[in-house]
Amino acid sequence: MAPALAWLTALMVVPCALVLALAFFQRGIYGGIEYTFTLGNFGLVFDPLYAGIFLNSARIAGTATLVAVIIGYAAAYAIAAAPRRWQPAFLFFAVLPFWSNYLIRTYAWIVLLNREGLITQLLRWFGYTGEPPSMLYTEGAVIAGLVYNYLPFVILACYAPLSRLNPELAEASRDLGASAMTTFRRVILPLTVPGIAAGAVFVFVLSIGNFVTPALLGGGRFQMIGNLVYDQFLTANDWPFGAALAMALIAIMLIVLMAQALAADRAAGRIAEARGGADG
Amino acid sequence: MSAPRTLLAIDRVSKNFGRVTAVDGISLDIRENEFFALLGPSGCGKTTLLRMLAGFETPNDGRILLDGRDIARTPPNKRPVNLMFQSYALFPHMSVRANVSYGLEMERLPANEIRSRVDAILATTELAAFADRKPEQLSGGQKQRVALARALVKRPRLLLLDEPLGALDKKLRGAMQLELKRLQHEVGITFVIVTHDQEESLVMADRMAVLRDGKLLQCDTPHAVYEYPANRFVADFIGVMNFVPGKATTDGVLAANGARISGTVPATLSPGAAAIASVRPERIRLFPSPETANRIAGTVEALAYQGLDLQLHVRTALSPKPFLVRVTADAADRRPVASGDAVELGWDAVDVRIFAD
Repeated sequence: MAPALAWLTALMVVPCALVLALAFFQRGIYGGIEYTFTLGNFGLVFDPLYAGIFLNSARIAGTATLVAVIIGYAAAYAIAAAPRRWQPAFLFFAVLPFWSNYLIRTYAWIVLLNREGLITQLLRWFGYTGEPPSMLYTEGAVIAGLVYNYLPFVILACYAPLSRLNPELAEASRDLGASAMTTFRRVILPLTVPGIAAGAVFVFVLSIGNFVTPALLGGGRFQMIGNLVYDQFLTANDWPFGAALAMALIAIMLIVLMAQALAADRAAGRIAEARGGADG
Repeated sequence: MSAPRTLLAIDRVSKNFGRVTAVDGISLDIRENEFFALLGPSGCGKTTLLRMLAGFETPNDGRILLDGRDIARTPPNKRPVNLMFQSYALFPHMSVRANVSYGLEMERLPANEIRSRVDAILATTELAAFADRKPEQLSGGQKQRVALARALVKRPRLLLLDEPLGALDKKLRGAMQLELKRLQHEVGITFVIVTHDQEESLVMADRMAVLRDGKLLQCDTPHAVYEYPANRFVADFIGVMNFVPGKATTDGVLAANGARISGTVPATLSPGAAAIASVRPERIRLFPSPETANRIAGTVEALAYQGLDLQLHVRTALSPKPFLVRVTADAADRRPVASGDAVELGWDAVDVRIFAD
C-alpha cells in the first residue's frame, strides 16, 4: 500500500499541485513566469473566445460519445448473441487496434481520408470522376478518429452486462406478449444501462481532453481544449494561463466521473439494500 | 361425467438440432383443465417439447393444435400460452407488481382493469404484502409464486411450467406441490408441467407422459403408469422395482438359477425369449403363507428404518442385486428381523409384471 501511495504522490499529486500553483501566477512580459498572485488566468477561461472552445470541445466529445455508444452497443450485442465459443475471438478482434500506437492508428485515418486517399481511390474504382470529397481536416474526421480510437472501451463495457443477462428474461418478455422491440426497450436496455454509462464516460472524458486527433485529423482548424493547452505551453509560452485551462479541463472531467460514480453507487446501493431486505 | 375435451393435440411432432433428434414423432392429447406432466430423464426431449408449445422452438415436422388451430409456427407473443421458467426469469429492475402487470400492459388493457386483475392474482398467490418489493428481496418460494402469478394473470388457455419446484428445498417442494394443485383447481387453467422427478408427477399429475430419447414411452394416469408400466425402462424409472432376469415361459419367467416366477406373460413375448420379471417392494411379504405363488429364501443384508416403514435388502439366488422389500412398521413389530437373518420372501402372481429384456 505504502509504495503505491508514494508512486501516486510523486507522479500524480505533486505534478498536479505544481500545475495548479502555476495557474495563480502571472505571465512574464517575454514569456516565463512572474511570481505575483493573480486570479486573472481563471477569469480569462470564461472569456467568450475560450469558453466557446470549451463548448465546442464538449460538443465534439459528446457527438463522438453518442456515435461510439450506438456502434459499440450494437457490436457488443452482436458479440453477446454469437455462439459462446466464438465470443472470445470476436472480443479479441474488437480490441486488436489497441495493440498498435494511438498516433499510428490516427495517421492511418489520414491515409484513408486524404484527398487522393484510399476512400477517394475506392470511389474512383467505382467510376467516380468528380472532385475528391474533402473529408480530412473536417469536424467529421475528428469525430471519426475519436470514435475509432475509443470504440473498444464501449464494446467491452457494454459486452459485460449483455453477456451476463439471463436469456430467459427476453424469452419471458416475449412469452408475456411483448414484441422484440418492446422487449429490447423495456427489459434488455434498462438492465444494461450501467455498461453504457461506463463506456460513455470513458469516451467523453478521453475525447474532451484529446489533442492529438484534432491536431492530425482536424488540421489545427478545429481547436479543442487539449490543443489550446498545448499551444499555451509550447507556442504562446503562457504557462500560467495554460495551467488554468488544464485545471478547468480536469474539473470538467472530475464532475463527469463523479456523477457517473455516484449514479453507479446508487444503483449498487439499491441492490445491496434489496439483498439486505431479503436476508432480514 | 361428460367426455373430457381435447385442448391441445400434439400430432407427430419432431424436432432436431443439427444431427441430434431431440423430439422424435411424439403424439399426445392434453385435455381441458387437466394437470399434465411430461416426465423423463435429462435429455429425453421434454424441455424441447415444452419450448415448442411455448413458441421458442419450431417443430421440423408435425402439428401443434390448440383448440383445433395449428400454432406450431405462431410466435410466442401471439399465442394464448404462458410459460413459467425454471429460473423464474423475473425482471430484476421491476417490482413484483410491475412484473405481474407487464403481460397485461402488452395486451393494452385499460389501467383500472390491469390494476384489479393484478390485485386479484396477488391475493390468490398470497403476494399482496410484497407488491412493491423487487425480486432480490424475495425468498425462493415467493419468487416462484411471482413467476406463477405473472403467467396466470394473463389467463392463458395453457400454462407451461418448466421444473417449477426444482429450485426449492425438499420440504418447501412438498408444500408447493399441493399448493400448485390447489391453485390449478381454483383458476381452472390447464397445466403442463415438465419434471425429471417421478415422485412429483405421481403426486401432482392427472395424467403423465414418460419420455426417453425423444420418444413417448407411455401416457396414462399416475396409477396406471406405476402399476402397469409399458416397458422395462418405465418400470425402472418410476418408483422402485425388483427385477429377475430370465427366459419367458407360457406362465412366467424361468430365472437363471432354475426358479420359476409365475405371472402373466405379454402376448408379444414368445416362450424362450429373454424376459425380465418385476415386482414392487411393497408387494413382497416376509414369511408368506405356503400357498403364495412365488416364494424364495434369502438373507437380510441391510435394514433401513424410515419411520413409516422398514426397508430390507435381501440377498437371494434370483438376481445379482439384492431384493428391496418394504415392511410396514406394524408388521416389523410383530415379527422383528435383523441383519444376517434367513427369511423367506413371497408375492402373488398378479403383482408380477413381465417385460422383454
